[in-house]
Amino acid sequence: MERSRREILKLFGITALALNTPPVLNAFAAEQETGHGVEGEPYVKKGDDALKAKQWALVIDTKKFASADDVTPLVEACHRIHNVPVMPIKNHEIKWIWSAPYHNAFPMSPMKFMDEKLEHAPVIVLCNHCENPPCVRACPTNATFKRPGDGIVLMDFHRCIGCRFCMAACPFGARSFNYRNPRPFITETNKKFPTRSKGVVEKCNFCAERLAVGQLPACVEASDGKLAFGDLYDPESEVRELIRSNYTIRRKQSLGTEPAVYYIV
Amino acid sequence: MLELALKGSKRYYGWMGLLLAIVGIGFLTYLKQLDFGLGITGMSRDVSWGFYIAQFTFLVGVAAGGVMVVLPYYLHDYKAYGRITILGEFLAIAALVMCLTFIIVDLGQPMRIFNVWLYPTLHSVLFWDTIVLNGYLFINIVVGWNVLEAERNGVHYKPWLKPLIYLSIPWAISIHTVTAYLYAGLPGRGFWMTAIMAPRFLASAFAAGPALLILLCLFIRKTTNFDPGRKQIQTLAKTVAYAICLNVFFLLCEVFTVFYSQIPEHMDHLTYLFAGLHGHATYVPWMWTAMALMLLGIILLVNPVTRKNEGVLAVACVAIFAGTWIDKGLGMISGGFVPNPLHEVNEYIPTIPELIIALAIWCLGFLVLTALYKIAISVKEEVQ
Repeated sequence: MERSRREILKLFGITALALNTPPVLNAFAAEQETGHGVEGEPYVKKGDDALKAKQWALVIDTKKFASADDVTPLVEACHRIHNVPVMPIKNHEIKWIWSAPYHNAFPMSPMKFMDEKLEHAPVIVLCNHCENPPCVRACPTNATFKRPGDGIVLMDFHRCIGCRFCMAACPFGARSFNYRNPRPFITETNKKFPTRSKGVVEKCNFCAERLAVGQLPACVEASDGKLAFGDLYDPESEVRELIRSNYTIRRKQSLGTEPAVYYIV
Repeated sequence: MLELALKGSKRYYGWMGLLLAIVGIGFLTYLKQLDFGLGITGMSRDVSWGFYIAQFTFLVGVAAGGVMVVLPYYLHDYKAYGRITILGEFLAIAALVMCLTFIIVDLGQPMRIFNVWLYPTLHSVLFWDTIVLNGYLFINIVVGWNVLEAERNGVHYKPWLKPLIYLSIPWAISIHTVTAYLYAGLPGRGFWMTAIMAPRFLASAFAAGPALLILLCLFIRKTTNFDPGRKQIQTLAKTVAYAICLNVFFLLCEVFTVFYSQIPEHMDHLTYLFAGLHGHATYVPWMWTAMALMLLGIILLVNPVTRKNEGVLAVACVAIFAGTWIDKGLGMISGGFVPNPLHEVNEYIPTIPELIIALAIWCLGFLVLTALYKIAISVKEEVQ
């Protein structure tokens, strides 16, 4: 807690600046399907290589994951590029994607006498990027929001006040909070993605930063075909084909949040 | 009138000094939390709200409880309460100071708190909660102060206050309703997702708030030349009696719905609190203590013989305040987070620094309360 006078003054200066700066997210809010904003409004132009969709969705083939070893590469790929720290105590744990036993991933639909292989197989869980996200409804500052255009539920780490209402609202336990400065616990910092400060919430972003430059999400890339990613509202997309031709379930469907992550079981 | 809070007996200064010292220790502990992060508390990825938010919730109830003297006086012209409405209003102010402080210490990025008003988000209940809480604080400061000042000057309070006083009554209901809606609208949190949450919150509020007020009245009679009045205290006791009965009734309604329907997502939380789940049972003795205390309160308050004995009444009020505090300030929040959305049990135990900060905020509230009551009672003694 050693703060010089200079630092305090700097803090005041930054605060004053923050109060006077127009909110940067107006750029996203004004963005249109066509990539052109309303006249006079700022907008973000999509890159030429960017992958586009109306609602991104993920299909996970649970049958292709036999043990934890099948999941580890996906988790590592994600956590490495997103600077997810390995915290020393469990209470402070941060995770974007991980695996859980079937009855934990789907606690509302436990099966009796199910196939033992499936019962013990690891089920990958992550943010569902719900079409009707309760976390977005709960957030008092719009720091978490559903991006118009592709439906990704994103976080603005600089606007989040750390009230954790989104964590209470999420029925999937997908969100983590930085209970302390995470930076000393990042194994190897990826300079292309922001690290977080203490006191903010974070979660999976469906690799929005990779989609913007034409790359698939890191977990999908690392999955060796076990995961499929695409536009839920494109009838020709791979995810739609998989949903059509397989029996799929989603987590806690009865809650009406419309998860965009589908599981082939 | 503020000068009245500055002059007092040695005991007054001693009490204020003690409170201030604890607030100081709490502030230093908070600086540590500000530096390290909320990791110094017992909260976790699974139980992401803990002691702070639970105290906040309980104290919103205490604040709303003040309306139980304001309503009969202004709406039913129950003249006896004229002596103590100011005590109800000032108790609400002190409780709200605690509420808002608990919110601030619970934030991960407290310096960004004004983002809530910089980016008003109408679909967030938390946004509305900041509006109703600050609004209620403002109304109580304006009304309490002006009515007391008029009393001191021997004149009737200004007519423009009347609409504000009437507004304060539904507003008191709103603060605890909106606070209940923070919890009651979250899909996947079976323990909180019940339509009876707001009524139950209000019932426990109208028990805990007036119970504390009775204790304060008894204390004031003993230590000052102002007597809040036996009749006033007895009427308040009846309010507490009805409210605590309703609170327990609502809880039993909850128990029926949950255990008769046998939907696991709703059952597991209550089971965890009252019987333990998968071998985790930290809260079980607490919850049963709360039930015993509330039951004791009902027995002592419903029976007129015991209620009319002020010594027994004091015991009943302590039991009810403590019982509702455990129920709401301890079980309500942890219970909702355990088991977690993946049905894993990770318990929450508050840490020492967390408890020190919470105690300091309670002391801050009592510091404000003592100063305000000192002013109010000095005025009452003057005009007597």
